[in-house]
Amino acid sequence: MTRKVLIADDEQNIVISLEFLLKREGFEVLVAGDGEAALQMVAEHHPDLVLLDVMMPKRNGYEVCQRMRARPEWRGIKIIMLSAKGRDVEVSKGVSLGADLYVTKPFSNAELVAQINALLASA
Amino acid sequence: MLAINVFVLPIAFGGRLHFPDGLVDADTFVLTLPMAEKQEGLALLVFIGGLSAATGMVIVETIALSTMVCNDLVMPVLLRMRRLRLNERADLTGLLLGIRRGSILLILLLGFLYFRLAGEAYALVSIGLISFAAVAQFAPAALGGIFWKDGTRRGALAGLIAGFAVWFYTLLLPALARSGWLPLGLLEQGPFGIALLKPLELFGLSGLDQITHAMLWSMLANLGAYVVVSLLDSPSAEEHRQASLFVDVFRRSGDAPGARFWRGTASATDLHNLLTRFLGAEAADDAFRGYAQRKGVRWPEQPLLADAEFVHHVETQLAGAIGAASARIMVASAVKEEALKLEEVRKILDEASQVVMYSHRLEQKSRELEAASAELRAANERLKELDRMKDDFVSTVSHELRTPLTSIRAFAEILLANPDVESTQRQQFVGIIVKETERLTRLINQVLDLAKLESGSAEWHVTRIDVRELVSDALSGMSQVFTEKGIEVVAHLPERVAPVSADLDRVIQVLLNLLSNAVKFCDPAQGRIEVTLVDSGDWVRVDVRDNGPGIDAGDQKIIFEKFRQAGDTLTGKPQGTGLGLPISRQIVEHLGGRLWVESRPGAGACFSFTLPALRRSDLTPAGTKESAA
Repeated sequence: MTRKVLIADDEQNIVISLEFLLKREGFEVLVAGDGEAALQMVAEHHPDLVLLDVMMPKRNGYEVCQRMRARPEWRGIKIIMLSAKGRDVEVSKGVSLGADLYVTKPFSNAELVAQINALLASA
Repeated sequence: MLAINVFVLPIAFGGRLHFPDGLVDADTFVLTLPMAEKQEGLALLVFIGGLSAATGMVIVETIALSTMVCNDLVMPVLLRMRRLRLNERADLTGLLLGIRRGSILLILLLGFLYFRLAGEAYALVSIGLISFAAVAQFAPAALGGIFWKDGTRRGALAGLIAGFAVWFYTLLLPALARSGWLPLGLLEQGPFGIALLKPLELFGLSGLDQITHAMLWSMLANLGAYVVVSLLDSPSAEEHRQASLFVDVFRRSGDAPGARFWRGTASATDLHNLLTRFLGAEAADDAFRGYAQRKGVRWPEQPLLADAEFVHHVETQLAGAIGAASARIMVASAVKEEALKLEEVRKILDEASQVVMYSHRLEQKSRELEAASAELRAANERLKELDRMKDDFVSTVSHELRTPLTSIRAFAEILLANPDVESTQRQQFVGIIVKETERLTRLINQVLDLAKLESGSAEWHVTRIDVRELVSDALSGMSQVFTEKGIEVVAHLPERVAPVSADLDRVIQVLLNLLSNAVKFCDPAQGRIEVTLVDSGDWVRVDVRDNGPGIDAGDQKIIFEKFRQAGDTLTGKPQGTGLGLPISRQIVEHLGGRLWVESRPGAGACFSFTLPALRRSDLTPAGTKESAA
C-alpha cells in the first residue's frame, strides 16, 4: 500500500526537491502552498504523514498542527514540522502542539527519509 | 582701689565747699585746703607724701612698661632678625638690661613730652580717660580673636587703624588744639570750615560729652572696619589654625595643651641649653626637675621626653623671663617644628564646618547617584530592548539564510545520490541551485549594507545630482523587465527640477528598489506603473505608483521593518529579502529626506520619497562668491 505524504510549504524550490525525493522513495505526494490549503488537503486526502513548514502564509504551521490535533479522526496522521527557525523555544512549541518530530532546515535528505519511514513503521 | 577713694571723698567735698567758684584745680584740693587753712606743716606732709607716691608710681609704671616694651616689642623683633645671630649668643642678659634701660629713658621722655604738649589743658582724670579710650580700641580685635572664627588679621588691623584714627581725631587733636599747638578754629568751625567734620561734633552728633562721643565714633569705625574687612577677606590656613585654637579652646580642654596641634622634634638637651641662657643654669635645672617630678621621672638620671607638653612647659618658663612672644620664637628655634601641611591643617580645623560640608557633599553625591541610577535603569531597559531586537534580527537572518540553503542542499544531495536524473531535470535542479545561491548572496549583501547604514560606517559620495536625469536613466535601465512582464510605464517628468545634494548610487538603489517592488506587486495581467517627479520648492519628490492589490493600513508600517513583508494578504510568498524598504528608508533619511507609502487595499500603492532641494544660496560655492566680491 502506497503511503500518502502531504508537503505543506510555501517555498517553491523546497517543495520541488521534497516532491522529487519522496516520489523516488515510492510515496504518493500531495502539495499545499499555504496553511489553509494544507488543512483542506488533509481533509480531502487523509495523508499518512504531513511535512509541515512553520512559516507559511494564511495559517502558519503551528496553527495547522493545532487544528489537526484537535480532530480525533486525524490523530493517526504523523506530523513532521520543518522549519528554518531552530531556536529551542520554537522546537519545543512544535512538539508541545502535537508534532511527532521537529526538523530544522537545512536537513539531510537521507536522514529525513529515514525518519519518515521510522514514523510510518511505528504507526 | 575703691577703698582708697573713700578717703578722697571728704577732701573732695571740702574742696568743693571751700572753693565753690571752681577757681582751684580739683587735683590740688589736698594741698590747697591745708594751705588755705594756714596748716603749712600738713601741707608739707601732703606734698612730700604726694611727691613720693607720684615718684614711686612713675618708677613702677616705667619699669613695667619698659619690661613690656623689651619683652614683647624689641626682643621679638631682634630675635627675628637672623643677621644679628642672637640665637647663637650664649649670654643675653646684658642686651636685655640695655634694652630695658633704653626704654625707661624713652618712656620718661614721652611722658614729659605729653605733659608739655597737652597736660596743662586737662585734669589727670581726662588724661586717664583719653588713654582708656585708646586701650579700648584693642577690645574688638581681642574679643573677636577669641569668639569669632572668621575674624582675620587684616580685619583686625583695619579695625585698629580706623579706631585709632578716629580716636586721634576726636580726642587727641582737640587736646593738642586746646594746648595751643593747633588753631582753635579747627574745633569751632571744623577743618576747612566743614562743620560736619568738627572733631567734637563729628557728623553733627552733639549733646554727648567728649569721651562718649569719641568712644562711639571710634568703636563704630573700629568694629565696622574689623567686621567688613574680615568678611571680605578669606583667612589663610595659618590664621584658620590659630582662630580655631583660640575660638575652640574650651572644646579641646580634654587634650594636653597644644599636643594636638604641635608636631615637631626637639631634644631635651637643646631645651635645657635654652633655659640656661635666659634663666641661668640653676633655674633651668629647677624647671626641669619640677617637670620631671610631675611626670614621675627621675631627672637627670632618666631622660625626659621632649614632647609637646614639655616644650610648652619650657616655653612658659621662658615667657616669665623674656615675654610670651620672645619665648615662642626662642623655643621655635630650638625645636624643629614640622610645618603642618595645608591638608593636615584642614583636617584638624573647622571640624564642624567640615562635617557640614561633607554632609552637603554626601547629599549632592546621593542625588547624583540617584539620577545616575535612573539613567542606568533607562539605559538598561534600552539595552534589553536592543538585545531583544538583535536576538530577533539574528533569528530572522538565520531563518532567511537557512531557507535558500535548504533548497541548495536538497538538490545537491539529490544530484549526488541520483546520477541517473534526466538531463532536463538535472538542468532544472542546477538552475535552482544557482538561483538560490544568488538569493543567498543578495541577502548577505543586503544585511551587511543595512548594518553599515545603521552603524553609520557606510561611505557616502555626495554630489550635486539631477533627479530628472536619474529617474529617466533608471526607467530606461529597467525597460526590458517592464517589456517582459507587459507592464505599462507612465512617467511625468517636468522639464527642470532643482538639483539635490545626494549620493547618486544610493538614490538609484532606492529608486530601483521601489520600481522592482512595483513590478512585483502590480497587476499581473495589466500592470501599470506611474512615475511622477515634483519640484515643490524646498523638496524634490519622486512618486512610484503601481496598480497592485494595495497595502492595508496595518501593514503600511510593517513593510518598513526588517524582514517584514505584507505577505499574509497574498496567496504566495513575495520574492525578496524583506530588507529593500528598510534600506531605502535609511538611505533617504540619511540624505535629509523622507520615504513613505500611501495606499488603499485594492487601489494600488504609491511610494514617495523626497530629497531637500539645493537653493540658489546653496548653489554658489564659496570660491565664486569671493571672486565676485
